[in-house]
Amino acid sequence: MNILNILDEIEKVDGEIYERLSPRRSAMKDFFNVGKKISMAALPLALGSMFQKAYGQTNPSTVNDVLNFALALEYLEYNYYNHALTNSTITFPTSASNAAITTIRAHERAHVDLLKSALQITGADGYVDADFDFTAGGAFGDVFSNYQTFLKVALAFEDTGVRAYKGQAPILKGNAVLTTALQIHSVEARHASHIRQMVAASLGVALKPWISYAANGNDTGISAVDAVYAGEQNTMQAGIEINGLGGASQTQAAESFDEFLTGAAVKTIANQFIKTGKKLA
Amino acid sequence: MKNNELETKNELQDERLLNSTVGRRSFLQYAGASAAAIALVAAGCKKDRGYENPTMDGATLDFKTDVGVLNYAYALEQLEAAFYIKVASAPPAAFTAAQKAYFQDVQFHEIAHREFFKKALSTAAIGSLEVDFSSIDFTSASGVLAAAQSFEDLGVAAYNGAGVRITTTDYLVLAGKIVSVEARHAAWVRDQISNGSFADLNSLTALGASNSAGLDGALTPDKVLAIAGKYVKTKINVINL
Repeated sequence: MNILNILDEIEKVDGEIYERLSPRRSAMKDFFNVGKKISMAALPLALGSMFQKAYGQTNPSTVNDVLNFALALEYLEYNYYNHALTNSTITFPTSASNAAITTIRAHERAHVDLLKSALQITGADGYVDADFDFTAGGAFGDVFSNYQTFLKVALAFEDTGVRAYKGQAPILKGNAVLTTALQIHSVEARHASHIRQMVAASLGVALKPWISYAANGNDTGISAVDAVYAGEQNTMQAGIEINGLGGASQTQAAESFDEFLTGAAVKTIANQFIKTGKKLA
Repeated sequence: MKNNELETKNELQDERLLNSTVGRRSFLQYAGASAAAIALVAAGCKKDRGYENPTMDGATLDFKTDVGVLNYAYALEQLEAAFYIKVASAPPAAFTAAQKAYFQDVQFHEIAHREFFKKALSTAAIGSLEVDFSSIDFTSASGVLAAAQSFEDLGVAAYNGAGVRITTTDYLVLAGKIVSVEARHAAWVRDQISNGSFADLNSLTALGASNSAGLDGALTPDKVLAIAGKYVKTKINVINL
């Protein structure tokens, strides 16, 4: 994306764009400083806030709601992995497994920081480790001492994350923020794919890297996370039956499309892991 | 004579519309800031827009409406499906049983995507693309895995970059339902090449990824098609991007 090209285009229709961006002559300096501070990839978000300023409009509150919601989920994920890596008795069986979780933690932290900057939140995190109960009231009691339990919950978080972003996409439709949200969404899907393989290797189960057709949509064999997979057995897309299409089996038809979760469903899942007083409303 | 007159009139009308900066100005004034922002971000990606409709052979992707975006996805899914059909029909001898089975699955995922778009587009669908996989060594495991990785990573970046163009909510959700499956494929294939590289965003910066921001690739259609062009014989024309 060429920023100057964008400004060029704006200037053609609005000669006062630079004045709008900032009433002072230092406008462009401010602008380029913004560009330097955040990475190029975060630019769509920064651009959004610039245009808000320039044209006296704000993101629709629904868009900010989505970003705040996403931020809460990223806090959950980041703190989960961070706790496992820094404050647990989990024994990672290989250096590769430790490295994979470290990679994922870094991405979740980056997502937290990116969303905070998009929402112009500075200072302390809105959620810290103490705000979470990763045992979900005891349902996963040994989550930070048993590697396998840890992986199962991680898998639920990643698959939920993928489905959560997907469910919010329509609210971001046509907004530059959507691109960034999609870029986060596919990273979560990559994480989910890898953790599925870690679960398969550790538990010795035939778990595919993608969500497969199963009762309740849940192919993990862990009934406690049924809610995460609700609707995943769907094989009908936009009124078109995928089962049998081009020779695809029912399993392949269900696998070839991921489903979304509504915000309400995601909140119910996430709130099991969030302490009273900090639960998502 | 009459036909010629009509044609001239159309041309004049077109030209008047295209040169009408007033129209564009008022559009931006009346449209919401977010709509303007999208148009501008799109403008930032490509300076010259093809206003004229050149005579064309091959497939034409007209990005003026969602039909163009869906056909774009259809073109990419055709390419992926053709690749995996070839892999699954004669996998490299070095593939493990698990790799063979998963490539078989991926083949049907891509076929399902391809057939879905074909059906959804109905008569508006572009024709079948002729592919050129001469650069891929289908007998070599590393060759097949490397090609699969580039198809999947590119597919993810393509959907991520095209999402903002989609105006119909149902299609946006569908694109989302497909892109995460492609990302799951990409991660698996990457792990087959090098375990732990499932989300090596540093290796994806050319596709628009950022490791420091934890973001996957996202590319505009022109860039995606330039990369995919190596594997497509059919001429793909792009208008109104």
